[in-house]
Amino acid sequence: MATVRSPTTEGRPYGVQLSTTMSLDPTVQSPQTLADVYGLLSERGGAVKIIAGGTDLMVLMNAHMLDAAEFLDIWRVDELRGITDEGDALRIGALTTYTQLIKSELIQQHAPSLVAASRTIGAIQIQNRGTIGGNIVNASPAGDSLPVLAAYDAEVEIGSARGTRTVAFNQFYTGYRRSVLEPDELVLAVRVPKLKESERDFFWKVGTRRAQAISKTVMAAKAQISDGRISSISIGVGSVAPTVVRAPKTEHLLTGAQLTATLMEEARQIIAQEITPITDLRSTEHYRRTVTGNVLLKFLRQLSS
Amino acid sequence: MQDDDKMNEKGSGLSRRTFLKVSGISLSVPLVMGHRVIKVSGAEVKVFGPGKVPIQLTINGKNLSAQVEPRVTLLDALRNELDLTGAKRVCDRATCGSCTVIIDGKAVYACAVLAIEAQGKSITTVEGLMQGENLHPVQQAFIDNDAQQCGFCTPGFVVACKAFLDKNPNPTPEQVKKGLGGNLCRCGTYMGVRAAVAQAAQKGGRRNG
Ligand SMILES: Cc1cc2nc3c(=O)[nH]c(=O)nc-3n(C[C@H](O)[C@H](O)[C@H](O)COP(=O)(O)OP(=O)(O)OC[C@H]3O[C@@H](n4cnc5c(N)ncnc54)[C@H](O)[C@@H]3O)c2cc1C
Ligand code: FES
Ligand code: FES
Repeated sequence: MATVRSPTTEGRPYGVQLSTTMSLDPTVQSPQTLADVYGLLSERGGAVKIIAGGTDLMVLMNAHMLDAAEFLDIWRVDELRGITDEGDALRIGALTTYTQLIKSELIQQHAPSLVAASRTIGAIQIQNRGTIGGNIVNASPAGDSLPVLAAYDAEVEIGSARGTRTVAFNQFYTGYRRSVLEPDELVLAVRVPKLKESERDFFWKVGTRRAQAISKTVMAAKAQISDGRISSISIGVGSVAPTVVRAPKTEHLLTGAQLTATLMEEARQIIAQEITPITDLRSTEHYRRTVTGNVLLKFLRQLSS
Repeated sequence: MQDDDKMNEKGSGLSRRTFLKVSGISLSVPLVMGHRVIKVSGAEVKVFGPGKVPIQLTINGKNLSAQVEPRVTLLDALRNELDLTGAKRVCDRATCGSCTVIIDGKAVYACAVLAIEAQGKSITTVEGLMQGENLHPVQQAFIDNDAQQCGFCTPGFVVACKAFLDKNPNPTPEQVKKGLGGNLCRCGTYMGVRAAVAQAAQKGGRRNG
């Protein structure tokens, strides 16, 4: 075994410059119990950065784009793992990985869109480490599990030394990459109501390629339909606004209506107007509006067949 | 969410002194194996750094030790401290797969895992696939099917293929495509790699552990 070079002084690819504010030598706290996480966050919240699977954070850290001198590694806190059946809903621990979601019979049976979404996230190596809690708190508008949580009216369970609280997922974000989470809090779990037998659900992601692609637009939806009439519908869309969003105008139009070809066309146009996408390096505003409308049409056609 | 702006606060991290100053948290054991152990609510909390800390990693069945700063990735620890250079550093952004290793049976990107986090787990790198003089069936299949050109992506691909076949001993071509989506090859050897996986699957990619 040889100890010759220091990894931190080793040449970085692409001649990346060190961020001037980044601590080159951060500390890492590695607790094993939730009580310790609470204690550390109440002392150091705001100064400490939580790290879970690291699939978002480590990329920033390796690029020297992370200004944190202290990390709180929660990977060993088993209390944050596990999927439990709570009757009407499934409680999914924040550290549950995509691989675990894909394999879970409970999720397959009661929240199939979450399996579909997890399968599209990154590649195997990302699915083995990336967590649903990380996807939620990272708060990217393109997070692929998020439209599912929006459409399913999930709830986020939040904890701190001050106690636990539950926030509706659809009220969790307050703006672009902003949420209601306080510096001393962490996400404990997400509670996802089970798909009812009378409901059908849907997930569709549009990206550049199949693996490792960030969504250009991503939709999850669920609906109840009988005799051609939609009695309820919820539509969550990602990558088309500063946060993941629901499509209330489109939902309003469709609820209680007979699912005719004319209505479907109308819904396609309404959702395209209702969302507020931007043009960025992955896609254009026009593309996103058009394709989101078409993806909804795909779901509505499935419903009517 | 945790406001990124608030993370800009500079500081040398959690020094023992500031930690005691700001909190009622008590220090139970000052130095254990180079990391500090503090008590917050009862159980021990390890605090690594600042500065280098000694770590112990179980790699290919052997216990190896090194000294690294807490921010060092498993990939950099393997390559720069342990002279295990099979895992390659290409993107360093958890995207290309050239650094793929197996941790507790699962393929992961070594560039996205902290070395200190990998302690106490069973790590397999490409160096651990051969058994004595025999190549692992996946390695042999790469040779037989010309599944490399420059070869830079190859170690990561071989490890990813082994992990994939361990989980899917009889994969369909569609599963192979999907299962290896986390590895990129600039030379475009994908057809060769798929043929290699098919061959290794028939021979039993599981053999040799
Ligand atoms: C190559 C690649 C491909 C990817 N592809 C996709 C994709 O297709 N779709 C997609 O949605 N994402 C994708 N991602 C992003 C990433 O994998 C996911 O967002 C993942 O869910 C993040 O989880 P993590 O545990 O790794 O988070 P981390 O990186 O550990 O943390 C992310 C953020 O969440 C915070 N955090 C984590 N857990 C908690 C908690 N319990 N409480 C409070 N704060 C917390 C951290 O402080 C940090 O700010 C990709 C990433 C890479 C590198
Ligand atoms: S070097 Fe780790 S994925 Fe590219
Ligand atoms: S063989 Fe050259 S990158 Fe794959």
